[in-house]
Amino acid sequence: MRNISTGNLLEVENLWVKFPTRSGIFDAVRGISFSLGRERLGIVGESGSGKSMTGRAILRLIRPPAMVTADRVNLEGTNLMDLSERQMRAVRGQRISMIMQDPKFSLNPVMRVGEQISEAYRLHANTSRAAAKRKSIEMLEAVKIRDPERVYTLFPHEVSGGMGQRIMIAMMMIPDPKILIADEPTSALDVSVQMQVLEIMDNLVKDRGMGLIFISHDLNLVSAFCDRVLIMYAGRVVETCRADRLHEATHPYTRGLLNSLPRLDAPVDRLEVLKRDPAWREEDSISGRT
Amino acid sequence: MSGILIDALNVWFGEHETRVDAVKGASLSVPEGGSFGLVGESGSGKSTILRALTGLVPTWNGHMEVLDAPLGKKRDRKFYSAVQMVFQDPYASLHPRHSVDQVLGETLSLHGFRDIDMRISKLLDDVGLGPAFRFRYPHQLSGGQRQRVAIARALAPEPEILLLDEPTSALDVSVQAEILNLLSDLRKERNLTYLMVSHNLAVVGHICTDIAVMQLGEIVETLSVEQMRAQETQHPYTKHLLESSLGAIKGPDHS
Repeated sequence: MRNISTGNLLEVENLWVKFPTRSGIFDAVRGISFSLGRERLGIVGESGSGKSMTGRAILRLIRPPAMVTADRVNLEGTNLMDLSERQMRAVRGQRISMIMQDPKFSLNPVMRVGEQISEAYRLHANTSRAAAKRKSIEMLEAVKIRDPERVYTLFPHEVSGGMGQRIMIAMMMIPDPKILIADEPTSALDVSVQMQVLEIMDNLVKDRGMGLIFISHDLNLVSAFCDRVLIMYAGRVVETCRADRLHEATHPYTRGLLNSLPRLDAPVDRLEVLKRDPAWREEDSISGRT
Repeated sequence: MSGILIDALNVWFGEHETRVDAVKGASLSVPEGGSFGLVGESGSGKSTILRALTGLVPTWNGHMEVLDAPLGKKRDRKFYSAVQMVFQDPYASLHPRHSVDQVLGETLSLHGFRDIDMRISKLLDDVGLGPAFRFRYPHQLSGGQRQRVAIARALAPEPEILLLDEPTSALDVSVQAEILNLLSDLRKERNLTYLMVSHNLAVVGHICTDIAVMQLGEIVETLSVEQMRAQETQHPYTKHLLESSLGAIKGPDHS
């Protein structure tokens, strides 16, 4: 028997996500395994590589007719696959929280953003309205929003995309979860703000001893920000490496992605275009356990 | 002949106490066949300049010229066949219930072309989509293919100027490379003038030769890409922007 209590917050083994379609079953995630300690784990890949599905599958957010199977998804010793829907609701938000891709679709359009943050807090902590409001404003400050009192009273359509995403981060951080799954949290932000927001997440992860799963298509960002990286292609993990060694990656897919980036310091006339090899699809998934 | 000339442009939204000055005294000029990039963070007014230029924002003053013709409050048909725009999000900018054929056909007929059938297949060819894509709907296309359709639509009236509003920020890096290559090829073939908005300095550096940096509605610095690469910046904000994007690209040399 493998020892489960290795200090890993989360252990995923042989995770599959399948969608029945008219032309047979489509495998979005094909038997991946990885573990997450108190670290920042990056998952990179293109759209359709299954990286977002992995994040959603952990939280059991994928609804039938799609099928999610796994040998186990262990969160500090409990197998999430065995929990009832009711027990899962206690996990979502409180123990594992998720920041979604697009704030436009994750914020309630007819509710003031501040109230949405307070609500998230009051669902998990038993406090008064006023205390929740104070805490929410603190949280807005923590994600570097200027004039948080004013922003508290705004509706989602009145804030910019970048601000919306920072509000989402505030909302997801406020119940103080153990694991944060961030699905492209900064794609909507500017480079200068991006780093700021990442710093905030970084500090929270360190201070609270959290684990972070950072899903992104931005290789540079993942390499600069994470500790370890899984590279996904067609539902499998094709390569795993230390984030700061990402530029020494050897798999042709990873190399192709790296070379297709325009670079300020190394201008080229034409960018390299990724050529896909059908063999990558068939390779076995590499384990991302530690 | 100048492609685009903007002098002391002010754009504002709202009135009296709710008035927000989105662009304050912006001036820039793009020679015909040139490519110019606007960078800055969200809310700095870079997209607003494009929107004012195309006539999507009526509340502006100052002076704007396109191909040596001054712009008034109204734009005529000639303007819209000379100036076209490619939007950020191909998922949002294509009608979900119109096939590629309808999208391009409508644009062509609006601009009074007769040989629509032939032009559609040529446009699809030009943007690297074969005839197989002609009768597809947007949901049957990938993000990169949709952006190619959006570019084809912009090219339909044979414009001389393309306004590019973050054309690749919704795409994967591998697809971004394809679209950027397509844009550079098209510019060479058709001698197009580009005015591109992006927050990604590396993308702007790849496509453009000159760059204006915007902050809080003002152009704080205009410089060439060479100056930017050599980090010869004057304004602290440009420096900050450059450092944060170079910081993210702390890669080794190309091997």
